[in-house]
Amino acid sequence: MTEEKKQEFWRWTESNWANPDMEWNKAKFITAGIDVGSVSSQAVVMADGEIFTYANMRTGSDSPNSARNALNFALKATDMPEDRIDYCVGTGYGRVNVPMADRSVTEIACHARGANFIYGPEVRTVLDVGGQDIKAIQCDEKGRVTNFLMNDKCAAGTGRGMEVFADLLGVPITEVGERSFQVKEEPQAVSSTCVVYAKSEATGLLRKGWTTEKVLAAYCRAMAERIYSLVERLGVEPAFAITGGMAKNMGVIDRLMPMIGLEPAKTKWDTQIAGAVGAALFGYALCQKGKGRKDTKREKQRMTSDK
Amino acid sequence: MITAGIDCGAKNTKTVIMKDGKIIGKGEVLTGFDQNKAILACWDMALKEAGISEDQVEATCGTGSGKNAIKNVKSLVNDIKAMAKGAHYYFPNARTVADVGAEEGRAAKLDERGNPVDFAINEKCAAGAGAFIEAMGRALETPLEEMGPLALKSDKEIPMNAQCAIFAESEVVGLIHAKTSKQDISKAIHDAMASRIVSMIRRVGVNPDVVMLGGVGYNPGFVGAIKRELNLERIYIPEDPEYGMAVGAAVVAGEGT
Repeated sequence: MTEEKKQEFWRWTESNWANPDMEWNKAKFITAGIDVGSVSSQAVVMADGEIFTYANMRTGSDSPNSARNALNFALKATDMPEDRIDYCVGTGYGRVNVPMADRSVTEIACHARGANFIYGPEVRTVLDVGGQDIKAIQCDEKGRVTNFLMNDKCAAGTGRGMEVFADLLGVPITEVGERSFQVKEEPQAVSSTCVVYAKSEATGLLRKGWTTEKVLAAYCRAMAERIYSLVERLGVEPAFAITGGMAKNMGVIDRLMPMIGLEPAKTKWDTQIAGAVGAALFGYALCQKGKGRKDTKREKQRMTSDK
Repeated sequence: MITAGIDCGAKNTKTVIMKDGKIIGKGEVLTGFDQNKAILACWDMALKEAGISEDQVEATCGTGSGKNAIKNVKSLVNDIKAMAKGAHYYFPNARTVADVGAEEGRAAKLDERGNPVDFAINEKCAAGAGAFIEAMGRALETPLEEMGPLALKSDKEIPMNAQCAIFAESEVVGLIHAKTSKQDISKAIHDAMASRIVSMIRRVGVNPDVVMLGGVGYNPGFVGAIKRELNLERIYIPEDPEYGMAVGAAVVAGEGT
C-alpha cells in the first residue's frame, strides 16, 4: 500500500531576518512586539525604534507556544540574549496569551502604528487583511487610530477563505496571484458570498469546463469586491497602505486598487510584520517615558515567579 | 383533480403528486449538476408511485432555487409562498413556519389561508443552513445522520464563538484537541445553528404553532435545540419535512384553476 501524502497548498514559507549592521549592544532600549494572529505569528525586536530582527511563522494550536517560537526564531538570527529585551508588547488575536509580554495592545492600534512606520507617516488609511478578519483603519500622521471598521464574523474576504480555495483548486497559496492573471478574459466574480457556497460554485464552474486559472481569477475578484465594500464604507484617504498576508497576493490587490482608484503605498518590509512592529513601537514609547519594565514592580514579580 | 408540485432545491429535487388534496405520489433525487435530469427522474418516480400517467396530471407548479430549470409547468411559485402553503396543508392552525434546507433558511408568518404576510430569508451564509451541520460533521468525522442523535446525549452548554462555518470548523478542531467529547461538540453545533434560525423566526414573530419544514427537520438534535431556544414544548413537523415546499407547490397548482 502506498501512503498518500496530502500536499498542504495553504502553506507559505516561514522566515526570519536580522539587520547585520545594527549594534544592538549600543542601543538604549530594546523592545519586542509579538503579534499572535489566528493564522500567523510575528515577533519583531527593535533597537531604539529601528527594526533589528523579525520572524514570521504560522500560529500553532496554542498561543503561548506560538509567541515563544516566533520570538526564538527572531533571536536565532542574532547573537542577542533574550533578557536584553527591555519591554515586550503582545498584540493580535492571541494577545492575552503572550507569556513574555509586559502588556497587550489591540491589533487595530498596532497595525496603524506599524503601517505608519513601515510605509511612512503620510499613510492615512490602513487595510489589514489577516487570516480571520479584515480591518480598515483611518489614522493620523503619528499612526494614531481615528476610525476603523472590521469584519471578523465571516470568512469571505479573509486569508482563511483564500486558503480554502487554494486547497480546493490545488494551487499553492503563493502562486494564486500570478496564476489568476493567466486568463484570456477576466471572468465575473464568484457570486456567492459565503466561502462554503463559493466552494460549491467553484466546483460547478470547473465542471462547466473553466480552467483552474479562470476560477482563481473569479475568486480573487470576489475577494477584492468584498474587501472593497468594507473599505468604501469607512472612506479612503491617501496614502493607502495594505498590511497582512493578503498584501502579497497581487491577484486580489491588483483587482482591488482600480476599484479604490489609488496606487497602494510601497514598502521594503514584510507586510505581515506591521502589527508586531506597532507593538514594539508602543513598548519603545513606554520605555522612553520611563515606564519600561526595569522600573516597575511587575518586573520584580516576574523575576520571582520565573524561579 | 390531480396536481403536481416540483421543488428543485440546492441539494435535492422533490416532486409531489396530489389527488383532491391527498398526496398519492412522491419522488426525491439528488439535484447534482444536471437539474433537468434530476427533475425528470423524480417526476417519473412520483408518477410511478401514484400509479398514473403523465397526462392525467392537470396542473403542475414549480418552486425552489432551481425553479427556472423546470420546464412544461403551468406556473412557478416563489419559495416563501410554497413553504407557507405547504405548512398550511399539514397544519392548518400554524401561523409561523420555518424551512431549513441545505443552503437556505427561511421563516414566514402566515394568515389563516396559509398566505405569507411577512418573511425573513438567509441565502447568503451557510451559518443558518443545513450546510453548516454538514461541514461540522466533516470536521467531527461523523456522518450527518448521526450528528443529531449524538447531540441528544449531551446536556452541556458549550458556546460556539464563531458564526462563520469556515471559522466554526477550526473551532471544532480546537474543541477536539481540548478533549471535548463528540456529543458535547455536536450539541454546541446544533445550539449555534438553532440560535441563527430562531433569530430569524423571531423577526417574523412567534405564534405558538410553529411548523418546521425542510430536510433539517429530520435532525432530532436540531429540533431539540430549536424547542429550547424558542421555549416551546412542541413544534410541528410533518412526516416527510423535506417535501414541504413541493406539497405547497402542488396546492398552489390546484388553486390556480
